Amino acid sequence: MWAYVLRRILATFPVLAVVAFVVFSILHIAPGDPAAIIAGDQATPQQIEAIRASLGLDRPFHEQFLIYVGNVLQGDFGTSIFSGVPVTRLFWQRVEPTIALTITTTIVTLLLAIPLGVLAAWKAGSWIDRAVMSFAVLGFSFPVFVVGYMLIFVFSIQLGWLPIQGYRPLADGFWPFLRHLILPSLALGLSFMALIARITRASVLEVLSQDHIRTVRAKGVPTRGLLFDHALPNAAVPILTIVGVGVAILLGGVVVTESVFAIPGLGRLVVDAILHRDYPVIQGVLLIFSAVYVLVNLVVDLLYVVFDPRIRY
Amino acid sequence: MLMRTSRWVGAGALAALLAGLGATPIAVASEPTVIRSVPIGNLRVLDPIWTTAYITRNHGYKVWDVLFAMDANGDIQPQMVDTYTVSDDGLTYTFTLREGLLWHDGEPVRAADCVASIRRWAARDGMGQSLMSFTESLEAVDDKTFTLQLTEPIGFVLDALGKIDSNVPFMMPERLALTPPTEQITEVIGSGPFRFLADEWVPGSRVVYEKFEDYVPRDEPASLAAGGKVVHIDRIESVYLPDAGVAMSAIAAGEIDLHESPPTDLLRLVEGNPNVSVIPNDPQGFQLFMVINHLHPPFDDVRVRQALLWGINQEDFMATIVGDPTRYELCPAVFGCGGTNESDAGSEPLMTVDVERARSLLEEAGALGARVVMLDPADNSTLHPAALMGAQALRRMGFEVQADAMDWSTLTQRRASRAAPGEGGWNIFITNSTATGIANPLSHNFIRNCEQAWYGWPCEPRIVELSTEWALETDQDRRAELTHELQRLHLENVSYIPLGQYKPAIIFRREITDVIPGPAIFYWNLRKEG
Amino acid sequence: MAAPDTLSRTAPPSPGGLLRAILNTWRFARRHPTVVIGGGLLALIGLATLLAPWLSLHDPLEINPLARLRPPSADHWLGTDAVGRDLWSRTIHGGQVSLVIGIVVALLTTAVGLVLGLLSGYVRWLDAILMRFMDGLMSIPAILLAIALMAVAKASIVTVIVAITIVELPRVVRLVRSVVLSIREQPYVEAAIVVGSKTPRILVRHILPNTIAPLTVQATYICAAAILIESLLSFLGAGTPPEVPSWGNIMAQGRIYFQLAPWIILIPGVFLATTVLAINLVGDGLRDMLDPRFARRL
Repeated sequence: MWAYVLRRILATFPVLAVVAFVVFSILHIAPGDPAAIIAGDQATPQQIEAIRASLGLDRPFHEQFLIYVGNVLQGDFGTSIFSGVPVTRLFWQRVEPTIALTITTTIVTLLLAIPLGVLAAWKAGSWIDRAVMSFAVLGFSFPVFVVGYMLIFVFSIQLGWLPIQGYRPLADGFWPFLRHLILPSLALGLSFMALIARITRASVLEVLSQDHIRTVRAKGVPTRGLLFDHALPNAAVPILTIVGVGVAILLGGVVVTESVFAIPGLGRLVVDAILHRDYPVIQGVLLIFSAVYVLVNLVVDLLYVVFDPRIRY
Repeated sequence: MLMRTSRWVGAGALAALLAGLGATPIAVASEPTVIRSVPIGNLRVLDPIWTTAYITRNHGYKVWDVLFAMDANGDIQPQMVDTYTVSDDGLTYTFTLREGLLWHDGEPVRAADCVASIRRWAARDGMGQSLMSFTESLEAVDDKTFTLQLTEPIGFVLDALGKIDSNVPFMMPERLALTPPTEQITEVIGSGPFRFLADEWVPGSRVVYEKFEDYVPRDEPASLAAGGKVVHIDRIESVYLPDAGVAMSAIAAGEIDLHESPPTDLLRLVEGNPNVSVIPNDPQGFQLFMVINHLHPPFDDVRVRQALLWGINQEDFMATIVGDPTRYELCPAVFGCGGTNESDAGSEPLMTVDVERARSLLEEAGALGARVVMLDPADNSTLHPAALMGAQALRRMGFEVQADAMDWSTLTQRRASRAAPGEGGWNIFITNSTATGIANPLSHNFIRNCEQAWYGWPCEPRIVELSTEWALETDQDRRAELTHELQRLHLENVSYIPLGQYKPAIIFRREITDVIPGPAIFYWNLRKEG
Repeated sequence: MAAPDTLSRTAPPSPGGLLRAILNTWRFARRHPTVVIGGGLLALIGLATLLAPWLSLHDPLEINPLARLRPPSADHWLGTDAVGRDLWSRTIHGGQVSLVIGIVVALLTTAVGLVLGLLSGYVRWLDAILMRFMDGLMSIPAILLAIALMAVAKASIVTVIVAITIVELPRVVRLVRSVVLSIREQPYVEAAIVVGSKTPRILVRHILPNTIAPLTVQATYICAAAILIESLLSFLGAGTPPEVPSWGNIMAQGRIYFQLAPWIILIPGVFLATTVLAINLVGDGLRDMLDPRFARRL
């Protein structure tokens, strides 16, 4: 088992290297010269050339890449072209809202989606099942920002119950903090919820059809106990996998949600950076997002071992 | 600073204690007064000399001070300068700084700082370049005095040093002012009424300023950019909200105190709200204008450019970008309407809408159906609709328009290209300027001709001659004549096309009073109750 | 966005199952109304967008300064936007953009993914490199990767298609590869290898047919995902050029007016969601038809 754990951990490095390479190359071939941006409208070609040299942009691609990777390994992600602020500082300034949004969304999602999925599996074939599954299909089809605007329209503009947009740090108090996160979490969580509900239902159904459950059932254990004591734990592995996959959806959705709800998090940082070609910021944040995704999936894979002792490697 | 903080903490603790003891909660007098405001855009660049971006100019007015400044009557008044003398021949200016001026790091302001700052500004700014072309020497005499020696007695020294619009000649410490003009300063230290708090800056989201306690304001009352910059607030938190709708709800809900540039259409959301005041921002407002590339066909032909004047309807543009007719006016004056240099000479073609005539002029010039490349800054909520309208107007006249959408920063690079429109160049773009910034032939960067020309590169030698003559002329009547002649020539040669003048509003909560309307929002003088 | 099903779709139907599945379609459709509903909705939207030039009341690009931000009315069925353009005309024209992008991306991803997946499943040394590369691509959040790719070239519909194709590609490659890997273990394929059949022949005769069913389903989901991603990209300002009336662009241009004119965002939003929903329904139906094992389970 430890060999597996080690192998799994080591396997993350090539993935991260590929991410770094892909992101770096994309921005390398992108038009729009950072040196020209830094130099401003009135710079002469000589000045631009000098800036290129000082940024190391005149070196060959592989050298630039290695230098970048070397710096990243030392925790230096470069500085923003526009603000001159180190990317790491920008990152720390923006990380709280994003983490808050991701966590509340995950909690809301799991709290709503797993019971829904189990319910649908329990009542498989009934109208409840069909309602849950229709909701799941709908959830997939509504883009985050459309859901976001619909929620704002109903709950903020028409009913006036919740703030329209914005973010309050936890330091301002828990209730203001939470109030500002309710709608974003729901908007962001909808497709995730659809996904989890669907998988939960499928996994529970699958487990219910397995032999040992049938045996337990034959012994006369009531269905409800059966669901939560036997079926759900056994269904945990596929659900867990999907939570891992779902992090990718969440991280992507965060970008859009932050934009709709004007939340000053990492998503908005990177979208602004992309729209204004602030290359070091784009590279840094994409790399960090991907690293988080890879790490979450690593943890999920390792948790398999815990949740499903039958799996042996 | 440290003391002040602990005082707040102390007062807060006291209040909490009283409340805890069941005593009547008392108003805490020393609670800091914070203005939360929405700026005109995202502050990306901190150096107001390096960029002409208005958001950076506005930032500059808080942090840095100026030698001279324009008052509400358009006159130039001393600001950091205490006294100045001009020699009888008009060639030697001697400036003496006020006592007690300090940089935010505690160092005194010296004449040498100002000399270096003027030099750096003059390397970037058009008016500064003009000033330098007549300058023999600029030197510090002692810590408080410096002299400017001219080669000719020009009339615009104070106009240049008191320039209100980008680039504003802000005074910086010498070590910052020695930064090459093409590079950005790395530290934000000024001697203005507010300190920039670098630690609290969240780029793309929040900029925080704090009252500079050691600032010594002038005794005169504040008037536009001039007069005593007396600060009645402790802190400015400038919060960038990219979604204009959010910003409107935030101010309606009292989460924000002041909004520097609410979109005109959205004013409806707060008009009638008793807690929100809506006032015109700048009495002069903005001019929208169409920039034409004179280097390439079809607009290298003056007849084609003149045809544009007949075909363009300012009303279309103003209605599209502003909407509310009380907030704009049609205006043919290249130096803006409402200012001292307003003129309508030669404006008939521009103010008459006759698309048929435009078409027939184009036909005569053989340009009907010509291909036109238009740059469209799609991320700009004012200029993008204007570009759409422009494309439609040109199509109506019979051009074949290719609208190239891009973001504004790309546009600022592309417009510098002199290449043919098909090879990375362009024919047309639309932009805007504060009317204050274009109020005279010297400060109006956008219609300089020939060597000094801005993008579009118009060249009518008579315009250059008359502009220089205007700069040297001190007689006001003769200047007015020159202005009329310049206006006529600009429209005849179609240096560019004015598309109308509009007045954005600012909005703020009722608690805020004594706001000075101007091209930038100044945060001195204003008060916040409660 | 349709990731949930990749996991369960690796099992191939038995050879010949496809034909039977198609024959069963009619019976199935009567039993499962979702496909009929989905297909019907899709047909309706497709028709409206195809006939857009005739159904429009106004030129979708025409600006009218005197009719800005109008609510729905007889002249402007769905109202107008901030520069007075007719939203009904823009919305149905926008459908063309969305559907074209969805379909082209689905076809392109399938074609390229099929080739890469077959190579990866068959050429061992290539497999390692290719799959690490795909893992890397998959670990960048799709939307961010797509926006970053959009920064590479001038915004155009083609750029959008290429960017979304790259983002969606790994999923198809993995799917095809897993089919190849499972099929090549099958006795009949091993037998063919032993007998000395050439690789291309094995690929075409034995492996390709088995990928068709899961790929068709996957292509449907990718079509839906592509439409969603395009709208998100445009909404964030990094998608189709703003002069193109795509749904994402219309919504993006309506953002700041949301409180005054919510219809500018909500109407294209509803069209977009309905389209994606219809495609997803069709995809679910196809999946149930083509993968009987999975269908039984759900």
